[in-house]
Amino acid sequence: MTDNTNSTNEKQQFYRKKHKEEMKHHVLTFAMMIAFTLIAFGLVLAEVSPMFTIPIIIVLAAVQVLFQLYYFMHMNQEGHEMPALMIYSGIFAAVLTVLALTTIVWW
Amino acid sequence: MSTTARKAGFGATLWDYLTTVDHKKIGILYLIGGFFFFLLGGLEAMLIRIQLIAPDNEFISAQFYNEVLTMHGTTMIFLAAMPLIFALMNAVLPLQIGARDVAFPFVNALGFWLFFFGGVMLNVSWFVTGAPDAGWTAYAPLSIFSEGHGVDFYAIGLQIAGFGTLMGGINFIVTVVNMRAPGMTYMRMPLFTWTAFIASVLILFAFPALTVGLFLLTFDRLFGANFFDPSMGGNVIIWEHLFWIFGHPEVYILILPAFGVFSEVISTFAKKRLFGYSSMVFATVLIAFLGFMVWAHHMFTVGLGPIANSIFAVATMAIAVPTGIKIFNWLFTLWGGSIRLTSPMVFALGFIPTFTIGGMTGVMLASAAADFQYHDSYFVVAHFHYVIVGGTVLGIFAGIIYWWPKMFGTMLNEKLNHWFFWLFFIGFHLTFFVQHFLGLMGMPRRYWKFQGEQGLDLFNLISTIGALFMAVGTIIFIYNVIVTQTKGQKVSGDPWDGRTLEWAIPSPPPFYNFKQEPLVRGLDPLWVEKMEGDGKIKPAEPLGDIHMPNRSFVPFVMSLGLFIAGFGVMYQGGYWILAVIGFAITAGSMLYRSFKDDLGYHVHKEDLEDEEGDGSNG
Repeated sequence: MTDNTNSTNEKQQFYRKKHKEEMKHHVLTFAMMIAFTLIAFGLVLAEVSPMFTIPIIIVLAAVQVLFQLYYFMHMNQEGHEMPALMIYSGIFAAVLTVLALTTIVWW
Repeated sequence: MSTTARKAGFGATLWDYLTTVDHKKIGILYLIGGFFFFLLGGLEAMLIRIQLIAPDNEFISAQFYNEVLTMHGTTMIFLAAMPLIFALMNAVLPLQIGARDVAFPFVNALGFWLFFFGGVMLNVSWFVTGAPDAGWTAYAPLSIFSEGHGVDFYAIGLQIAGFGTLMGGINFIVTVVNMRAPGMTYMRMPLFTWTAFIASVLILFAFPALTVGLFLLTFDRLFGANFFDPSMGGNVIIWEHLFWIFGHPEVYILILPAFGVFSEVISTFAKKRLFGYSSMVFATVLIAFLGFMVWAHHMFTVGLGPIANSIFAVATMAIAVPTGIKIFNWLFTLWGGSIRLTSPMVFALGFIPTFTIGGMTGVMLASAAADFQYHDSYFVVAHFHYVIVGGTVLGIFAGIIYWWPKMFGTMLNEKLNHWFFWLFFIGFHLTFFVQHFLGLMGMPRRYWKFQGEQGLDLFNLISTIGALFMAVGTIIFIYNVIVTQTKGQKVSGDPWDGRTLEWAIPSPPPFYNFKQEPLVRGLDPLWVEKMEGDGKIKPAEPLGDIHMPNRSFVPFVMSLGLFIAGFGVMYQGGYWILAVIGFAITAGSMLYRSFKDDLGYHVHKEDLEDEEGDGSNG
């Protein structure tokens, strides 16, 4: 009996630790996402050259999407391999399409 | 208690099928729908061949020829081949992975009814305005300037049918990922399940391109947009790209499940494990991957420039490698096997050389420089009929015959099946082999007439005679189906001495498929049990209540709404009222579905124990 209670306690502690860590990640990524948004707005407000602003904003947007997917939609947890594979295959097909149209048709 | 003991009335049966969410019954619906459109498309093919039986023939008018030609292609691809493949997938895939149904039974029914109403919509065009006449590819600007409402029917009909296909594809992906029985790992899935899974992934990624393309076409034609009008800053090539970004994966969607059928058939009737199973899976995935990077080989003569042409030519030729792996694997499976020449096996043996010829002409067409000679000639027509009829259609018929006992509990007459095969096979080669030469002689495809004394007369005559053979073969198949079903002689659950899970349950399976979830102990699970066990699949769980979905009439109504709305959008003016009514019906049924809790019901353990048989082999 005592063993059992001990292991439950350990389990609880483990989960508490894990949740704490997760919370930390959530707050951290949330803060970073706000920072990214401020940077994006700042670049536009400061009228930095568009050649610089546009790629930066796109990169920031991509990172924000990844944060969303991995930390807030829990794709960093186990059991999400298939959705990840599907998402990346879909991105691959879409990028291929857009790339071909931009290079072959509109260039 | 069996369902066949009491003969239900016609009305009750009809209502049963209109409201069913059972994957086996939806499979039968897809089979009936797809086969009906297959006959329709075949009839259109016969009209084409009779028109071309002699030079300068006046059998049908030029406009009608264009309509028949367009509808033959559109019907055969979207309304015959796709649904027949979905018929096989619905009938077999959940059984092969040991599932009680697909992941979303309601969506499955919705997918069928959307396809059905889309197909009906396309064919209504014959009676109200004249069918679409811009070719199955509907290239802009021809499709923009086509008069009447024909091409509108094409755009909206295919849009509705396309929604259904997309839903079906997503459903099967989720089913395979989440609903496999204990022990059924990815690398133990039968090859038909694998190919159906990969084809569903292709549907998921390819059909959105068609959806977008069709919306652009609809807006250009009906709402004054100018996506494809160069004088307004549009670009006609965008349609071609979007169409083929969808269209090329589409041909792999058609052929991969056929590959899967042949893998099952060859392995069963050679009484051997499939040679190189893992390389077969690898080749399937590789074909799907490469399939997204080759679409521009349909557009070599558009003027993309030598660099783009070369890239797409090389990528196209690369696909011959995984396909070759498959061909050799089938040959090695046959090698040393104890071969039974049943009719599905004969279809498979006919398929291998036929498809290889189609693959060879495919590599010829992939050489961009040479393609300038072949493009838009009968050589191309011969090529794609060799791969689609020689691959997909033979595969579909092999699958229908092979799984007929599982779907209906009866066995098609083998002798008639062989007659069907030989007439169809000989007719097919007569029709299309000579078309290679017609193309090389310079006969362009899609033309209404050809002139005499150019050396084209004899081959065209032979081609038409071959088409007649195919028609007679198909009629024999229909006769066979009618005779078999009226006789209704039942067979055991495993008439072919099968290897995979679906043969471990009675034919036709009970509506809950597996009384207890099966335990899978290896590739070809039933064969493993036959060789190492007592020939019966072990259960993976104790007997318990089974959760089943409720039947629903909502999918039918939802699809009917879009069907009605399509006419309103097309004819506009006073007909807008139809669009309002149609969209209201669809939105209303969606609301109804969302707000009404439908949690299904349970089949109780006590009732299951009363059922006859132990749910296992025989």
